[in-house]
Amino acid sequence: MKVKAIVAKGIDNVASVISFIEKNEVVGVNLDGEIKEVFVNHSVPYGHKIALRDIKNGEDVYKYGEVIGRATDDIKYGDYVHVHNVESKRGRGDWKK
Amino acid sequence: MKIQGYRRENGKVGIRNHVAILPSSVCASETAVRISNLVPGTVALPHQHGCCQVGADSEQTINTLIGLGSNPNVAKVLVVGLGCEGAEPLRISEEIKKTGKEVQMITIQNCGGTLKTIEEGARIARKMITKVAMLKKEEIDISELTLAIECGGTDTTSGLCANPAVGTASDILLSHGGTAMLSETTELIGAEHVLANRAVSSEVKDKLLEIVKRTEDRAMSLGVDIRGGQPTPGNIEGGVITIEEKSLGCIYKAGSSDIQGVLEYGEIPSSGKGFYVMDTPGQDIESITGMVAGGAQLVIFTTGRGTPTGFPIAPVIKITGNETTYNNMIDNIDINAGRVITEEASIKSIGEEIFSEMMEVSNGKPTKSESLGHKEFGIYKIAPTF
Repeated sequence: MKVKAIVAKGIDNVASVISFIEKNEVVGVNLDGEIKEVFVNHSVPYGHKIALRDIKNGEDVYKYGEVIGRATDDIKYGDYVHVHNVESKRGRGDWKK
Repeated sequence: MKIQGYRRENGKVGIRNHVAILPSSVCASETAVRISNLVPGTVALPHQHGCCQVGADSEQTINTLIGLGSNPNVAKVLVVGLGCEGAEPLRISEEIKKTGKEVQMITIQNCGGTLKTIEEGARIARKMITKVAMLKKEEIDISELTLAIECGGTDTTSGLCANPAVGTASDILLSHGGTAMLSETTELIGAEHVLANRAVSSEVKDKLLEIVKRTEDRAMSLGVDIRGGQPTPGNIEGGVITIEEKSLGCIYKAGSSDIQGVLEYGEIPSSGKGFYVMDTPGQDIESITGMVAGGAQLVIFTTGRGTPTGFPIAPVIKITGNETTYNNMIDNIDINAGRVITEEASIKSIGEEIFSEMMEVSNGKPTKSESLGHKEFGIYKIAPTF
């Protein structure tokens, strides 16, 4: 099993992918040197993210120990996390009115 | 710790020794470039502004031009004006003269057209080049360095390795008594609460939160989602999916130092050395211009996707956390911080390597952007032209 993702901070619910992941691949996820096994449900490009827990629609997404946005769909453990299921909570001029 | 640099008339230190040909307006830019082309060793700073601007926008352009001419990397300045523009060439040259350096000013209308201006300008520039070549470097303490920190073409690796390594390098410079600036207010949206806790006073904290709110309000007034503009399509393709994620990765460049103050665009830090945040846009070139106008002699630039950016009067050191980008754009990128991922190098060791490169570049080693002649330059406008 190859380490293919890094977690920035312990409370994060996503990890950053550092090597392309195939659909249904089991990969190692590195959190401060501790390697955790994750079954990944989708193929995920380099630099993109995977979920480390189930994240419900509307729940906050954490990276670097901080909120980077919120889920716009139910995200399952091991899912590909990107613009199709996470949105920003800031700079939303389209939310006015 | 010491480097070799140029002590200027006002005591400030330059790590480069430029003769700048500075047009006061767009109308004089082409002529300034032609003067520079005739006299190798000079550098022109052509731009699109300087006329029919009003209020704070006009002042910002003028102050930026004055700041660039005053930067200690510039030994002598030839200001070239058309003669009737709002950014008055006489005012700009008189303000730069306050540094004590030689400044000459000519206008196209006074000289009698393009050819006569080029002739007169080239003659002045030629004399300046000769005098500047005779200036001797002397030993300088690195506490006199001001570092501008920039990022552009961000991807996931920027926040994971390149930015934290730059933060380490910045912390080392600050531990030696130097000054550093973080910029790009847009890229603080969503991370301002983290940075604000490091402000030295409640005034500094409030000002930091205020510039971020101002920027976010301006974006929201357009009635659209900031995503797509920030993060850019390339950032998103590189895995950075919201402005919050981009910002939280960006602020690693700030290392762990306290924030001494928040600067306006192009403002020179006046409350002593240390770490500052400057209110600039997220566009790399305009952001670098603001920091160099604010006195930075050296620029450090992290990029995930890769960019060739340089600057006319300050060296730009390029660092990527993405090894593929490093190999793909090896002619442009100075340091590969991607070894944090591929070789498990520590952030600290890469940070020390960046600091060591900063010292060599300060001593005269050309960066890749310098050796390829990159001179990207742009002034941040804050209102429409009238």
